[in-house]
Amino acid sequence: MNWTAFSAIVPVACVVAAAIAAMTAEAFRARGERMPMAPLGVVGLVGAAVASVLLWDQNATSFGVVTADNFGLFVGWVIIAVGVLTLAISGPPVDRQRLPQGEYYALVLFATAGMLLMAIASDLLIIFLALEIMSLAVYVLTGLKRQSPAAVEGAFKYFLLGAFASAFLLYGIAFTYGMTGSTKLDEVGRLMAAQALAPTLMQRMAVGLLLVGFAFKVSAVPFHMWTPDAYEGASPAVAGFMSTGVKAAAFAAFARVFLSAFEPLQADWSPLIWGVAAATMIGGTLVGVVQTSVKRMLAYSSIAHGGYLLAALLSANAIGKGAILFYLLVYAFTNLGAFGVVAMMEAPGRANDRVRDYAGLGQTRPHLAGLMTIFLLSLGGFPPLGGFVAKWYVFSAAVAAGYYWLAVIGVLTSVVSVFFYLRIVVMMYMTDVDRDVEVPAVPRIAGAALVVSAIAVFYLGVLPARVMDWAARSIGTIF
Amino acid sequence: MAFPILSSLVALPVVGALLLLLIRDEERNRPLIRNVALVVSLLVFAEAMLLWFEFDPASAEFQFVERRSWIPAFGIGYAVGVDGISLLLVVLTGFLTPIALVSAWESVHQRARAFSIVVLLLESAMIGVFVSLDLFLFYVFWDAMLVPMYFLIGIWGSDRRIYAAVKFMLYTMAGSVLMLLAILGLAALHASATGSYSFDLEALYEIAVPAHLQFWFFLAFALAFAIKVPLFPFHTWLPDAHVEAPTAGSVILAGVLLKMGTYGLVRFAFPLFPIAAAFFAPYLAGLAVIGIVYGALVAMVQSDLKKLVAYSSVSHLGFVVLGIAAMNAEGVQGAVYQMLSHGVSTGGLFLIVGMLSDRRHTRLIAEFGGLKAVMPRLVAAFFVITLASIGLPGLNGFVGEFLILLGAFTWDPRFAVVAASGVILSAVYMLWMFQRVNYGPVTNERNAALGDLTPRETALLVPVVALTIVMGVVPNLFLRPIGPAVERMLDRVHEQAPIEIRAAAPADPSTAARVAGAVR
Repeated sequence: MNWTAFSAIVPVACVVAAAIAAMTAEAFRARGERMPMAPLGVVGLVGAAVASVLLWDQNATSFGVVTADNFGLFVGWVIIAVGVLTLAISGPPVDRQRLPQGEYYALVLFATAGMLLMAIASDLLIIFLALEIMSLAVYVLTGLKRQSPAAVEGAFKYFLLGAFASAFLLYGIAFTYGMTGSTKLDEVGRLMAAQALAPTLMQRMAVGLLLVGFAFKVSAVPFHMWTPDAYEGASPAVAGFMSTGVKAAAFAAFARVFLSAFEPLQADWSPLIWGVAAATMIGGTLVGVVQTSVKRMLAYSSIAHGGYLLAALLSANAIGKGAILFYLLVYAFTNLGAFGVVAMMEAPGRANDRVRDYAGLGQTRPHLAGLMTIFLLSLGGFPPLGGFVAKWYVFSAAVAAGYYWLAVIGVLTSVVSVFFYLRIVVMMYMTDVDRDVEVPAVPRIAGAALVVSAIAVFYLGVLPARVMDWAARSIGTIF
Repeated sequence: MAFPILSSLVALPVVGALLLLLIRDEERNRPLIRNVALVVSLLVFAEAMLLWFEFDPASAEFQFVERRSWIPAFGIGYAVGVDGISLLLVVLTGFLTPIALVSAWESVHQRARAFSIVVLLLESAMIGVFVSLDLFLFYVFWDAMLVPMYFLIGIWGSDRRIYAAVKFMLYTMAGSVLMLLAILGLAALHASATGSYSFDLEALYEIAVPAHLQFWFFLAFALAFAIKVPLFPFHTWLPDAHVEAPTAGSVILAGVLLKMGTYGLVRFAFPLFPIAAAFFAPYLAGLAVIGIVYGALVAMVQSDLKKLVAYSSVSHLGFVVLGIAAMNAEGVQGAVYQMLSHGVSTGGLFLIVGMLSDRRHTRLIAEFGGLKAVMPRLVAAFFVITLASIGLPGLNGFVGEFLILLGAFTWDPRFAVVAASGVILSAVYMLWMFQRVNYGPVTNERNAALGDLTPRETALLVPVVALTIVMGVVPNLFLRPIGPAVERMLDRVHEQAPIEIRAAAPADPSTAARVAGAVR
């Protein structure tokens, strides 16, 4: 048997193994016994990272449906980083909210495995499969706090709409298969190119249905309704995980399908994505302004950031090719960091999730407040932080591709978004301490994860050249 | 390789801020914190003075240039350098920052360490704005500067500080993001002209931007700078920010931050887009003149000292924009001179207002009266600075305004005539205010026992007063480095601009000397 046929899926296998180990450990766990499940997961993720390093530049394929090209591996690293950071910040929320440990860590790892597979899948059906692996795990994670009505509501909404989206996606895949007789992206692309000059109605239907399916998963307006409820109901660590990992994986598949297989139909899908991107930037930002819950605010902010990512996807031209990957990376560290701080704010029995609860944090918890400020300013796009370079990269791609108005919408919405990011900063530094908010101590590992994220945000803002170059070369493997 | 003096100027305050982070136990170590911050800012000033002595004032080229590759894929470099214009603004920044720090010693009691850190970071970003020769780098500093200023107003300001801080931030950002797009468009244009991206200012000076694009790009740049200046009708953030900011914030805001807008016009908007600049110059001048008169009139009716000084800034900076819009040597030199001079005298005014409000915890003019008898030394300094602000010959304010009016008159006498009324109005509001505060009997008994200048306050005001006199008596000291740089900028503008403007501009290379002669 030829073992090299399996090489492309080794990173996924590592994570799956860790997930199974976590599940088994849970089964043999005595009541009240604590098991090092998070470290177990980290081991699996580090294994996946190492395997990805070895696969770099190999362009390995397995079974003809999974291609570990540099694009997939780059997104894979983003997802692995998200996974490790999520595990590191999960300790406090899991303890404080008494979430079932084994299930929690196993589900995070299964979701991560699904994401990794989604990033490297080069067959529409495998993409769908990976999406379902990821989504099912995340639905359960959202509703894991069974006693909380918000969690159940969020999970239920997420599940129904997610199932709906999956149906759209599947329908799109069916149309594609009907036209081309294949679900493999490279063959689909070849056949599409052959008849690109006069796209048929079927082709347009396929594009539209796939677009809707992906738009749901990346929570683009107007398919974003589930996002705020799901993020609010979920534990903050899970919300951070969803807003970065799920988004990275979904965008990877989105970009791979649209930039390679459906690239010949660009003239048909680019106006659609233009509209969705503009609506997402505007909608996410404007609704974010009126939120009083930090988690909901961050949910709308992550919707808006999805809009910038869509703009990057749309204007992936020669100069702006790497923008989407660079943005995903910066956004992963920044947003997970912000949700991490929210997770640290939680006290047993109190979410401390109102904007008001952050009053005086700069005095009482200067380090936590300082980290939150860095993440928020990066989300708002201030130099010298990563968020600025990422946004700049996207807008320069948009300008170079001739999407001036999209760029104008982008910069103006980012000014509006600064308003709500600053509200939290105002609370932390410029408002007096509210005595009744008790913020528990931050465990060392979680603190270290947040510090590492902040350093990454600074690094990507000050010395971005190498990573940008790397992102541009990675995406070069798909188009 | 030569010592990277400009980079070290930018980095030194950051190093100082990091040092301050290491100091534990803020309460006990407050003197140490103050001294470290002061020493660092004085070192920056010393280095800026060294820069001035080493600077060759005869050359129009950028000097002390450092270039390093930063993001090569986009042609973004770390490029810094100074010419005569930016040199003096760097010196001004170095001069005002220690003053701002010391001014806060008695008034900022809470979070003294964070305060010093914020001021030092702000200084670094301000110097960065003035020395950047790469548009990306410039934008980074330009935007980064907002954050410390926001904290300065928001944390250490007075009652409505949060409103003022957020307004300041959003206004300035809204203006500058469109400039970011114009910068991107400019770089893309460079790419289509030469095949490679570049954000290097000197490379971008070389490309010919099509007229219709100049139009849009100029508008985007001008909006960003007009908000910063602030030009009428974009000035509404300024009174709020000034009134709410602590004294140190006001000094830096009026002294340096506002100059960034006019500096941007001189350095970027005009030379990069000369055709559009020529087209829009009358409109800019129109807004500037409206601002001069409007600012003065509104200043006249203020009951709050700080608001009065804030509106007087709107008026004075209108002069600066008018001088730039005139696009001749007198006008632009006068504008640059006025930038410095306004920084010194308005900085001084805010210091004095701060000292008064430290003593009385009010800034209302009606609360004062007859201070001359109570605090003769403070009032003496107040008097000199007031006269400087009005533009009395022999003090700094006169030189700049005179040159600007001269330049404006050569260009279009109508603007000069209206603007000249601003000179009279400024005498009216300043002297009236001065009279109400300082002369007459002591009407409020709480003023009777106020102490005169403390040694610390004397140390703050002496350099300011001395500089107003020096700048008024030997303007050539400052005009000499400005001259060649301004000539160079005007050459750039007139190379591409329509004929009629070229005809209006004097082509005499010895204009700098002539101008200086006229002032004497």
